[in-house]
Amino acid sequence: MHLIGELAAVLATALFIFALYWMNDPKRARRGVIAGVTGMTVAVVATWIQPEILHHGWIVGAIILGFVVGVPLSRVPLTAVPQRTALSHAFGGLAAGLVGMAEFFLWMNEPGAAHITPFRMSALVLEVILGFLTFTGSLMAAGKLQEVRWIPQRPVTYPGQNVVNIGVLAIAVGLGVALVLNPHAPWAPQAIIAIAALATIFGVLLIIPIGGADMPTVISILNAYAGLAAVAMGFVLDNKLLVTAGALDGSSGLILSIIMCRAMNRSFTNVLFGAFGKAQPALAAGEQKVWKQETVEGASQLLEQARSVVIIPGYGMAVAQAQHKVRELYDALSKRGVTVKFAIHPVAGRMPGHMNVLLAEADIPYSALVEMDEINPEMPQTDVALVLGANDVVNPAARYAKSTPIYGMPIIDADKAKTVIAVKRSKNPGFAGIDNELYALDNTWMLFGDAKAVLADLVRQFGSGGIH
Amino acid sequence: MTDFGSMLFVFVLATFIGLGVIRRVSRLLYTPLMSLTNAISAIAVVGSIVVTGADHPLTIRILGAVALFASMTNIVSGFMITDRMLKMFKKQ
Repeated sequence: MHLIGELAAVLATALFIFALYWMNDPKRARRGVIAGVTGMTVAVVATWIQPEILHHGWIVGAIILGFVVGVPLSRVPLTAVPQRTALSHAFGGLAAGLVGMAEFFLWMNEPGAAHITPFRMSALVLEVILGFLTFTGSLMAAGKLQEVRWIPQRPVTYPGQNVVNIGVLAIAVGLGVALVLNPHAPWAPQAIIAIAALATIFGVLLIIPIGGADMPTVISILNAYAGLAAVAMGFVLDNKLLVTAGALDGSSGLILSIIMCRAMNRSFTNVLFGAFGKAQPALAAGEQKVWKQETVEGASQLLEQARSVVIIPGYGMAVAQAQHKVRELYDALSKRGVTVKFAIHPVAGRMPGHMNVLLAEADIPYSALVEMDEINPEMPQTDVALVLGANDVVNPAARYAKSTPIYGMPIIDADKAKTVIAVKRSKNPGFAGIDNELYALDNTWMLFGDAKAVLADLVRQFGSGGIH
Repeated sequence: MTDFGSMLFVFVLATFIGLGVIRRVSRLLYTPLMSLTNAISAIAVVGSIVVTGADHPLTIRILGAVALFASMTNIVSGFMITDRMLKMFKKQ
């Protein structure tokens, strides 16, 4: 029987690697899902048929419940994908944490317990800490993204916050070390429960000082934690498949975290302990900048006369669910022979790749979606840059204003376009709490209002007044 | 008996393969990548099945069943939403 298990693990690992490999090309990527599902099925069946599995009813029940909850979760609107992702990291963390606790008490019940090596106990402590901190941290992140009422959206900070956070984690790790050194101590069960509780609290504390603009990075880091928790579970259960699959997930989270951090010019520690989004008095106290407001008619004329338009979407487009109206505008402009491209900043939106998925949903061809580094050299030749609910990612202050948290962050050079039209929900500053100088430039025109409503007006304007 | 050396060895190699493969993933697909890896890491399901299904005390099996439910939810929703997103990219 062990042979079947081992072979299944090798096959499943190979299929998982292929699944990720096929993600390098949108045309073949769906094969990856088939490979992943096959690998998972092989692994589940090979485990289930092991002779020690006796309580089949329980397994069937839990699997059915998983389907009952999982299917609706897979049908959420695409604007809600960031919170669904955060929620699934929470589930992953919870599973790891619970299995860790269960294993611990199984070890305690077994006589002799020669199998409790320091290595396995360390892995178990790591699994429990990572599992429970990912669980509550991701739940908090999901709550913030869903804008649940009793979870504060704005970063919550207080003096000595980092000392408290690191202190809580240090106590948990300290207890863990004590447990590794004395696995048979009479206080061992209390210690593991205390570790789980501290990790649960730490997860909450870690996320409350984090603002929306940092969500792409935080989701990626939590993704890596969830993967590492699975790896630790593999060490505990002596299961290589868990280690390989967890390592694949962990490395994916790591790469995405690095890309997101680079796109914001920040370090991991800065994201987790830097409390982005505190109000910035430095610039706000300066002279009142004048923003020139434009009408829909005026904006549609500017677009009509353009030969090239670059649309820069941001979180505002997602909030307004405006992607389908964007598509209509894209069609209307393309029909007039205007070249339309989309400039995608790596951290636009609330998770990696968020804008690409929303625009693909609206059937905008992905050849029109251009990365920041590729679009920036074209910006000076662009007639109109249409900023749609993006803010910090187009703020020229990132280039020189050292006192702002966005300093050094690579931006899309919207200000270099001949004309800028910025669609913005309100006159408030963005998540980073910094004035956006782009809006006060001579060649910038502001359109205030919900992105979807403004775009609908623009498209209508094209339809009626377009024929000369 | 656990051979922790070989487990660490597997972990390091799998991480390097992961880094190599994921660096080549299309930037367009980062969102589906995350839901796909999420579903894959729900391989924790195999650990949960053993804890739930073997002849263990009741409390242990309850912990296992909750973990199994959580993993299964991730598998189902993860693969399904990944496929839903990739369909949108493929049809172009």
